[in-house]
Amino acid sequence: MDLLKRLSYHVLSNNFIKAGKGSSDIKSNLKSIGIDSDILRKIAIVCYEAEMNIVIHSLGGNLHCDIYEEKIVILTEDIGPGIPDIELAMTEGFSTAPDSVRELGFGAGMGLPNMKRYSDIFEINSSIKGTNIKMTILL
Amino acid sequence: MNAKDFAEKLNLDILVKNENELNIEGVYIGDLLSIVMSKAKKNYTWITIQTHMNIMAVAELLDLSCIIVVEDMEVEEDALIKADELNITVFKTKESAYEVACKLCKLGIK
Ligand SMILES: Nc1ncnc2c1ncn2[C@@H]1O[C@H](COP(=O)(O)OP(=O)(O)O)[C@@H](O)[C@H]1O
Ligand SMILES: [Mg+2]
Repeated sequence: MDLLKRLSYHVLSNNFIKAGKGSSDIKSNLKSIGIDSDILRKIAIVCYEAEMNIVIHSLGGNLHCDIYEEKIVILTEDIGPGIPDIELAMTEGFSTAPDSVRELGFGAGMGLPNMKRYSDIFEINSSIKGTNIKMTILL
Repeated sequence: MNAKDFAEKLNLDILVKNENELNIEGVYIGDLLSIVMSKAKKNYTWITIQTHMNIMAVAELLDLSCIIVVEDMEVEEDALIKADELNITVFKTKESAYEVACKLCKLGIK
């Protein structure tokens, strides 16, 4: 039940050079404590999708990984502009990503669906002040 | 398999080579990163026309075996630096994804 460790990263808006660094670091930390490779894959997927959404769609935010004995919790918070219609945003294929980003292979509209699919518990809250996501992966 | 032998068999150029032997257990072809994230698995080779540095993060996160860039796409310099840093083997070829996939199939990689 007790939080064993928290890893935290700043995620910058529109910075495609640093993008993915937090997810990579989380993955290598979890690998080093012996997390199973199938679980690691799920965490890598949800982390990367969440991190890239902050880069692409938000004004910037943070990514955290909370490590517990029995679960890993990935949390993100950003500073807006938020998601006006969460249900619509969760639809497979829905994306507001600009063409410049689509050219890089982002903007398939599968990020939020992937986050939901590969986490055991997926929670999202959003307002114009920002978006908060909490994804729990049970060990 | 050794990366050099693999490159010779498939007629690929080696852009970045890590020190490990190649262990290829599957193949995924795609250019949309979210779909690759959900479909490609550990030790898969990834065939793509994407050439920017973010593909290296994807390969690293998924523990992919290697990346094969097809259609003679020019891989960006900073992407190659990133691949080297993350220890990811990257090949390129003039051939299409389909041609490469056929050859992989003939090698017994399915
Ligand atoms: N952190 C966020 N802040 C604002 N909008 C977001 C955020 N995350 C997702 N969205 C919105 O939800 C849509 C769907 O997200 P996603 O499924 O990840 O697809 P994609 O990133 O490929 O567009 C995005 O196009 C965007 O409009
Ligand atoms: Mg996304």
